[in-house]
Amino acid sequence: MGEKVFMQGNEAMAEAAIRAGCKLFFGYPITPSSEVPEYYSKAMRERPEENIMFIQGETETSVFNMIAGAVSMGHRAMTATAGPGFSLGQEAMSFMSAADLPAVIVEVMRPGPADGEILPSQGDYFQATRGGGHGDYNNLVLAPYSIQELVEITQESFELAEKYHNPVVILSDAMLAKLHESVELPGYVTNEPAPEDKYNALGGFDPAKRDKHVVATCGRGAVHWHAFNERLQAKFKKIAENEVRYETYNLEDADIVLVAFGCYSRVCISAMKMAREAGIKVGMIRPISLWPFPEKAFEGLDGKQFLVCELNAGQMVQDVKLSVKNKDDVHFYGMLGGIVPTPKEIFEQIKKIEVK
Amino acid sequence: MKTIYKRPEIFTDEITTYCGGCGHGIINKLLAEVIDEMGLQKNGTIVWPIGCSCLSDYYYNMDQFMALHGRGPAAATGMKRAEPNKFVVVYQGDGDEVSEGMAEIMHAFIRSEKFTVIFVNNAIYGMTGAQYAPTTLLGQHAATAPTGRMSDNTGYPVRMAELAASMPGVVYSERCAVNSPAHIIQAKKAIKKAFELQLKGEGLTFVEILSMCPTGWSVKPVKALDFVEEKMIPIYPLGVKKDESEGIADQEREEEEKI
Repeated sequence: MGEKVFMQGNEAMAEAAIRAGCKLFFGYPITPSSEVPEYYSKAMRERPEENIMFIQGETETSVFNMIAGAVSMGHRAMTATAGPGFSLGQEAMSFMSAADLPAVIVEVMRPGPADGEILPSQGDYFQATRGGGHGDYNNLVLAPYSIQELVEITQESFELAEKYHNPVVILSDAMLAKLHESVELPGYVTNEPAPEDKYNALGGFDPAKRDKHVVATCGRGAVHWHAFNERLQAKFKKIAENEVRYETYNLEDADIVLVAFGCYSRVCISAMKMAREAGIKVGMIRPISLWPFPEKAFEGLDGKQFLVCELNAGQMVQDVKLSVKNKDDVHFYGMLGGIVPTPKEIFEQIKKIEVK
Repeated sequence: MKTIYKRPEIFTDEITTYCGGCGHGIINKLLAEVIDEMGLQKNGTIVWPIGCSCLSDYYYNMDQFMALHGRGPAAATGMKRAEPNKFVVVYQGDGDEVSEGMAEIMHAFIRSEKFTVIFVNNAIYGMTGAQYAPTTLLGQHAATAPTGRMSDNTGYPVRMAELAASMPGVVYSERCAVNSPAHIIQAKKAIKKAFELQLKGEGLTFVEILSMCPTGWSVKPVKALDFVEEKMIPIYPLGVKKDESEGIADQEREEEEKI
């Protein structure tokens, strides 16, 4: 680990990415993610010895394709964006997943739909966890709740993307992005393979040493395309088996279990403590991997009541209902438009739940 | 015995999917010959578009990238920025480049990306079934212009080679054709020059090639050669539109910087 600093979420994330060997950043400015391209553009000029390259693309459509090109050469590359830009990138997300390209995409959520607002939100849960673009595919989606976790996940994301040859989405939000807090920055990654040694890396080859490498997602008839898709599904199955991540709090004696992710789960932790002080036995599950969703966190919890708290109209709650035995035990409290409830407001919701 | 003609080494044994009389086969071969002559296999990547040439990765024994429709110049930007010393050529058709990917190609010009674009202009959407392209001639019939392209609804043909030449970031722009042996020889020279300039890292190099699509134009292959000569070339004049390989580009850029 590196030094302990007091830093903003977006900036700490950018520094962690640089130290993970991600020297290529392609971005289009969009609130609340703009400090990331600003950080990279500054680093490019101030740290010439690190060979950092920042490109401000003309659209997110283009930016996501630049990343596809850069990672196809065996280099680490990323972008940070928010809802409208993430939507423009979906064509390339589908492409990169199909083409086995290891991109890291930071989605700093803000309330939609459409132009929306620039406040905290979790309304892009479906878009991130269901693929988001066309066809049958998945992103590995990770949702940190603190800047410390954000920087650690950022560094690990590059390794995960290269391990599975698939895009990884870091689902941040306006709260985590703009927050300043104490963080121990990770050190520089030193074990990254050389670009030409990475899976399917392009850039020219010697026929005496290897076969040609091709990045292509064009079908050649139904039989070929069925086999291509089956291979992709095997990749997603492997991710689903290996990368389930979550944290649990006070589940042993809990009657009511809060379920929340990302920075908003910190508000829920405070609500849980408030309820415990009032004598209500409340626990919590915090999914960290949103896809694959941690269904197994809900095993053995039959009979408990679940309160899913989200900054949207009810998205993760559907995954929770698929994970529990009796979906009538699942309650939902959502807030839209950028309003973040206080612990007390969540506590009021907890009190409404009838323990069976 | 002296070999005067042979199949390019870089080609695989695959048979192309192009229709009879299509110009893509000729252009693919020119590309292959220049890659062979310049020894680019070990240092190069071809970026293919969506369109009739979208299965071309089967034809070449090269590293290749099949881009999303119109996004080739964006992908190539990522590649060249990651590996500036490697060779990258982007092959695009008129639907891919001038319609779906106009933003991507324009901003590659603007940023002066250091790769080569080969733009195949056959004035029609071939693969999707002969719908009109931004480069379709006025009066030319197409599946989505059944009475001929009319400017009141679709505007006017786009002259990409001239547009490229107008951009400070582009160092070389030439329009060629492949409808006669003389034009084919010139097209090969243009491709080679564009590749050589790319390796010098000067800026974007652009070669537009007028090509035949007998199937899309509903004419016989021999008539398609005449169509290029009689209908296309008057609208899309051949020739070098810009050649700043001798340092003129630097002057222009210096002037821009003064502003």
